[in-house]
Amino acid sequence: MGDIQAAFSLAANLILSGDADLFEIVGLSLSVSVTAVAIACAIGMTLGAVVAVTRFPGRGAIIVLLNALMGLPPVVVGLAVYLMLSRAGPLGVLGLLYTPTAMIIAQTILVTPVVAALTRQVVEDLHREYDEALKSLGVRGLGLVRTLLWDARYSLITVALAGFGRAVAEVGAVIIVGGNIDHLTRMMTTAIALETSKGNLALALGLGIVLVGISLAVNGAVSGLGGVAGRSRNV
Amino acid sequence: MSDSILPLAARNLRYEVNGTVLIDDLSISVVPGSFTVVLGPNGAGKSLLLRLLHGLIVPTSGKIDWSVGAELRGRTLRQRQAMVFQRPVLLRRSVEANVRYALKWQGAGPGELKEAAESALHRAGLADRRRVPARLLSVGEQQRLVVARALAGKPDVLFLDEPTASLDPASVQQIESLLIEANAAGTAIVLVTHDIGQARRLGHEIAFVHRGRLVESGGAESFFSDPQSDAARAYLKGEIVV
Repeated sequence: MGDIQAAFSLAANLILSGDADLFEIVGLSLSVSVTAVAIACAIGMTLGAVVAVTRFPGRGAIIVLLNALMGLPPVVVGLAVYLMLSRAGPLGVLGLLYTPTAMIIAQTILVTPVVAALTRQVVEDLHREYDEALKSLGVRGLGLVRTLLWDARYSLITVALAGFGRAVAEVGAVIIVGGNIDHLTRMMTTAIALETSKGNLALALGLGIVLVGISLAVNGAVSGLGGVAGRSRNV
Repeated sequence: MSDSILPLAARNLRYEVNGTVLIDDLSISVVPGSFTVVLGPNGAGKSLLLRLLHGLIVPTSGKIDWSVGAELRGRTLRQRQAMVFQRPVLLRRSVEANVRYALKWQGAGPGELKEAAESALHRAGLADRRRVPARLLSVGEQQRLVVARALAGKPDVLFLDEPTASLDPASVQQIESLLIEANAAGTAIVLVTHDIGQARRLGHEIAFVHRGRLVESGGAESFFSDPQSDAARAYLKGEIVV
């Protein structure tokens, strides 16, 4: 029990004293995950919407694949990105291994299928409702995709949040491609793993509390748009 | 604006799903400025007929001819006709944005778009609700918005599939006057309804559909005073027609 009490007071201390190391770690975690989610949304939402409104041979297989990739193990993605970026790998010359960019790449790969698969579902449901009305207006192609993405915007915020949740919480991929280097690639999750293995349980738990707090804050901020998002329920 | 895409002539339409014939050898025409009410018992194929004419579904056989040159097909055909469905389909946007969206796809330029949207909202009595999310309107207002949206681009022909089926009398009246106004301004109207009273109030021509066939068609007055077919007579008397 002592650990838990110590953890809470340490967490409070770290936050209230404006601990520079803590804020550096939190800042890096947020910037890597937010960037990865932004890229993943740009790719995944477009891909998901296109799959939702088109019919082509092999479409069913692609949907199964997207859904399966939602459960992609972070460690495997980390390993694959590591192999690509390591000195001997095809992209080794870029010298990206153990940089924040490498972590962004890994998290983007992790999050894109989540965003694409969920977007596909959301947009397909909406398309079913709009189909005849939009056909009647002659809406098709890119215009159709844009219309559906915009009209699904409130549901897609939730999709982006799901992606952010996966990115900010994962440790397996970033620890492999980032290396958990102090002041360079140390994230909240990798720091927690490190402190735990060092037996520094109070510090690890303190960081954990901060991480959970951030998750809550992000979700709270988004549902703070609630007045707007509430409209989506009025369908 | 070029000449009207009407008259529309549909010849020997046939529509089957899995071998079941739903529309059978049906021919019908729509001339400019007409107001045609399609009547018939449930399941007669009225909605299917509307969707065939509007081009949402493709007939198994038969021809649908519009009065436009081959070079203007596709896009022009879409832009000069509109359809209103039984359940209002509204975009998750404001009232005004819904009208603007439709106008844009109907080919309105930036200049005329503002004016056309404005006058459509006024005609529908929704001008003071323009910023409201369309889905927060009452059902009656929603359907009024859908009709106004469909009419905003002044289409040559408007198809309506039981637009007032689930509305209160006041809303029905407002929508009917929108239709009468649009018809007077030159838009041909093809209205599917179950409401014989509405057919009497609005229809200039009646097309009576039964079991996927056009059983009877002609002027509204003679149809109501002297229906020629047994099915139409029974239907008008309020008997169950199967």
